[in-house]
Amino acid sequence: MKKTRFNELHHKLGGKMIEFVGWEMPVEYSGIIPEHMAVRTKAGLFDVSHMGEILVTGKDALKYVQWLTPNDAGKLVPGQVQYTALMTPESTFVDDMLVYVMGPEEYFLVVNAANDDKDFAWIAGHTKGFAVKVEHQSDVYSQLALQGPLAEKILQPLTDIDLASMKSFHWAKGKVVGKACLVSRTGYTGEDGFEIYTTDPEPQVIWTTLIEKGGPLGLLPIGLGARDTLRLESKLMLYGNDISDKTTVLEADLKWIVKLQKGDFLGRPVIEKQLAEGLTRKLVGFELVEPGVARPHYPVHFKGQKVAEVASGTFSPLLKKSIGLVYLPIDGTAEGTEFEIEIRGRRTKARVIPTPFYKRAKA
Amino acid sequence: MYPNEFRYTKDHEWIKLEGDEAVIGITDFAQNQLGDIIYVELPAVGKELAAHQSLGVVESVKSVSDVYAPVAGVITKVNEALATTADLLNKDPHGQGWIIRIKVKDKKELDGLFTAGDYEKFLEGLEH
Repeated sequence: MKKTRFNELHHKLGGKMIEFVGWEMPVEYSGIIPEHMAVRTKAGLFDVSHMGEILVTGKDALKYVQWLTPNDAGKLVPGQVQYTALMTPESTFVDDMLVYVMGPEEYFLVVNAANDDKDFAWIAGHTKGFAVKVEHQSDVYSQLALQGPLAEKILQPLTDIDLASMKSFHWAKGKVVGKACLVSRTGYTGEDGFEIYTTDPEPQVIWTTLIEKGGPLGLLPIGLGARDTLRLESKLMLYGNDISDKTTVLEADLKWIVKLQKGDFLGRPVIEKQLAEGLTRKLVGFELVEPGVARPHYPVHFKGQKVAEVASGTFSPLLKKSIGLVYLPIDGTAEGTEFEIEIRGRRTKARVIPTPFYKRAKA
Repeated sequence: MYPNEFRYTKDHEWIKLEGDEAVIGITDFAQNQLGDIIYVELPAVGKELAAHQSLGVVESVKSVSDVYAPVAGVITKVNEALATTADLLNKDPHGQGWIIRIKVKDKKELDGLFTAGDYEKFLEGLEH
């Protein structure tokens, strides 16, 4: 199993360790519910060093990123970050990812751990005709996420970057606890917060200092369990559950990352066809109306037929009910539509509700 | 930690004999492994259980687990409080977090279960 540079610290903090896509990672420390609530009300610190990093440079770097993704990276200036996807020609997902614009000819891509090698092979394998260089940098990077309403207050005394002036989906370089880092105002929780990248071979002091300084303010270390409940309340996609190479970008209700006016890109013809003909299914949010917890892969019935399986489903620690996402036939996607989820053989009533399930109040 | 008057199973249930009846729950080890428990699916009173038969389901945020009957019997009472406060299983697994009461079919069946000392040794084995 692969280990991040913070592995020993997780053991020391009593993290329950599990295997996650080949990595030994903490699933929880103090418990999913207290960790979840700490991020919603105070702050939480995540080791997300398993995430993948790929650097695209060269004269055609922008042209190449534009070809691989549906969002418009051409509108971005250095210092910005964008949520987008790696598309197949069918407009399904190789992965979803963040694009960091480092310079006019330099794009830093942050991809899911589960897809890291596949994504690198995909990106390195489609360069024909583009003057670009693609470098796989996952092994040299460590990444931490500091998330929650107190994130800025905790991080500011430890960095020379002016965080107050950093807008959402922007990045800057500077020192964090004396280590050279890239810090962006991004995350996977629906809260304000930062992601901290470093190539320093000994980044542990960043973690220990954040725990030490943030602890008295209510900061907790957060495992993968709460990472999943936090991202689902905010309807942030999980590859393999909500999006995959079997679901298109429009079916996933991610039309906002599709910018047709930017020109040609992989998957565009299928997107145009689906726009013209309409969708047959779409990803929607639901809540269980009856007691129970709907979990991934539970069978979903609508109008007397099995139509799908639950994509993501969990108990929401904040809303205290069972929520989830499912691809329903298009005539079942209106808010308020009732359908059934089979939980251990028992049909349980569910209802389509608006998403995100949780949206933080803007400061 | 593990009361001497209880017996225990490999599946981490406890059972406490009280006359002809017995109370059944899950152990402190079990609740700790499961994490925050949010929902308990309880069986119906009057249901007849064979030994090792699933008597209900415990759901934590991250997982779902069956709870098995340590011995055969007929359910005389279920812990209704768990319907609204499932986290009693985390807070007091050996007390207020009890799950069901049964009328025991054959008390001798309990002799085949772990004593507290056996169970603690069993747990030590799991951790290595």
